[in-house]
Amino acid sequence: MAKYLLLKHYRGDHELAPGGIVPMDQWTPEEVSAHMAFMGHVADELRKRGEFVDAQALSPEGTFVRYDGDGKEPVTDGPFAETKDLIAGWMIIDVDSPERAYEAAAFLSSAPGPGGRPIKEWIEVRPFLGEVPAETE
Amino acid sequence: MNQLLRDLTPQVLGVLVRRGGDFAAAEDAVQDALLEAVQHWPDALPDDPEGWLVRVAGRKLIDAQRSETSRRRREVRDYQEPAPGPTEQDDDTLLLLSRCCHPLLSPASAIALALRAVGGLTTAQIAQAFLVPEPTMAQRISRAKRTVSGERFERPGDIRAVLRVLYLIFNEGFTGEVDLAIEAIRLTRQLAGSVDDPEVAGLLALMLLHHARRPARRAKDGSLVQLADQDRGLWDTSLIREGVGILQAALVTGRLGEYQAQAAIAALHDDAATAEETDWPQILEWYEELLRFNDNPVVLLNRAVAVGEVDGPLAGLRALDGLDADLPRRDAVAAYLHERAGNRADAARLYASAAHRATTTAERDHLTKQAARLNACHE
Repeated sequence: MAKYLLLKHYRGDHELAPGGIVPMDQWTPEEVSAHMAFMGHVADELRKRGEFVDAQALSPEGTFVRYDGDGKEPVTDGPFAETKDLIAGWMIIDVDSPERAYEAAAFLSSAPGPGGRPIKEWIEVRPFLGEVPAETE
Repeated sequence: MNQLLRDLTPQVLGVLVRRGGDFAAAEDAVQDALLEAVQHWPDALPDDPEGWLVRVAGRKLIDAQRSETSRRRREVRDYQEPAPGPTEQDDDTLLLLSRCCHPLLSPASAIALALRAVGGLTTAQIAQAFLVPEPTMAQRISRAKRTVSGERFERPGDIRAVLRVLYLIFNEGFTGEVDLAIEAIRLTRQLAGSVDDPEVAGLLALMLLHHARRPARRAKDGSLVQLADQDRGLWDTSLIREGVGILQAALVTGRLGEYQAQAAIAALHDDAATAEETDWPQILEWYEELLRFNDNPVVLLNRAVAVGEVDGPLAGLRALDGLDADLPRRDAVAAYLHERAGNRADAARLYASAAHRATTTAERDHLTKQAARLNACHE
């Protein structure tokens, strides 16, 4: 088993939706509910298969912070109103193979949007760097 | 038996600490005594379970102090037998809680310590409730104990600090298998039983009156249901009756405070059979009372809603003037008032903005749907 981080992106340069996916507040309330319900459904399915580890939604706005020397306040930058790429949240799964991780990511990406059609948002799949296995010699 | 042990834990701990025992050491001793109780009580429950625990825990504490002392080559500390009696025990809850809510502790540490030392929850349960790993929570609790362990305490500290922490625990609500709202009610009930303070009663009433509505606060799919849209048949009428009774007894004392005022507002909402029957003029009066004790922006924000109901949405919007634009939920309140004033486009824009800055997923989804509803009607 290996762990993967599935990062849920909203990309402004989505090739299927130039200019970005229609913001959720422009959907109907039923479409919003269906989308949210689907997210819960994906987590439930992964739980049933023993593959679910964690999922969190993120606030859309963040701040960049860095060290600026001893005794100084941290330097901050942002939040930025217009970003091409926004990370909406993540899910961590523990699965048998990269193929299975891609399958799960594609399932997550099939979440319905306006008109019940999949919005096909990008999911970035990042393998965790694991521990060195305790090998038996 | 577990319930009995949980109920007795703070009392026994209180006795040991009152004798001058170090807080962390006393807590360890009580834990050891509880382990013995779990082993021995199923065979023969003692006639006086509390006395039994005090005796065993006291012995453990002396043993620990002796080994500690010999290790450090110090004199055995004098250990006074307490004068046992119910008069002392009554204050122990407050004494312990004010210890846990010491001003040196951050709210997160105070909450964890109170749940551990007075609430009797295990570290694993507290960790689970706050969704942090157990070792993290264990560290938080032991750091908190170290912070307060230097200070002797014979007299309770500021009861306001205790009430604030209890209220924070209540608002944590229900995240997993541990129901923190129920834990907070339990602790506040315990405190109200031992302290004659109308504000403690006010806080207990406030909790009960809010908790009564919990079954109606979420739809089947987990989404939030606003007060006005809740199925009032799901409200727990026995909790409401109890809360109102406690509140009335507190108000009679004539020593009004912010928790009683908040409880009065909650009681007026609970008293309305339908949202339309809500007595907004009286609610607004209570907000004016509340402002005398607490004029923080959140109170002003909630007051603006009441102003909107009594004097119309435009008056409500005027009441929002001067409130910081970054205040959480300000946009949501403004959106609600704009919709009532017929400005659907402004309302939709503000709901979307509120959703953008929401701090919980349930709130975000709710606000997004409000924006979506208005935008859908618009087209």
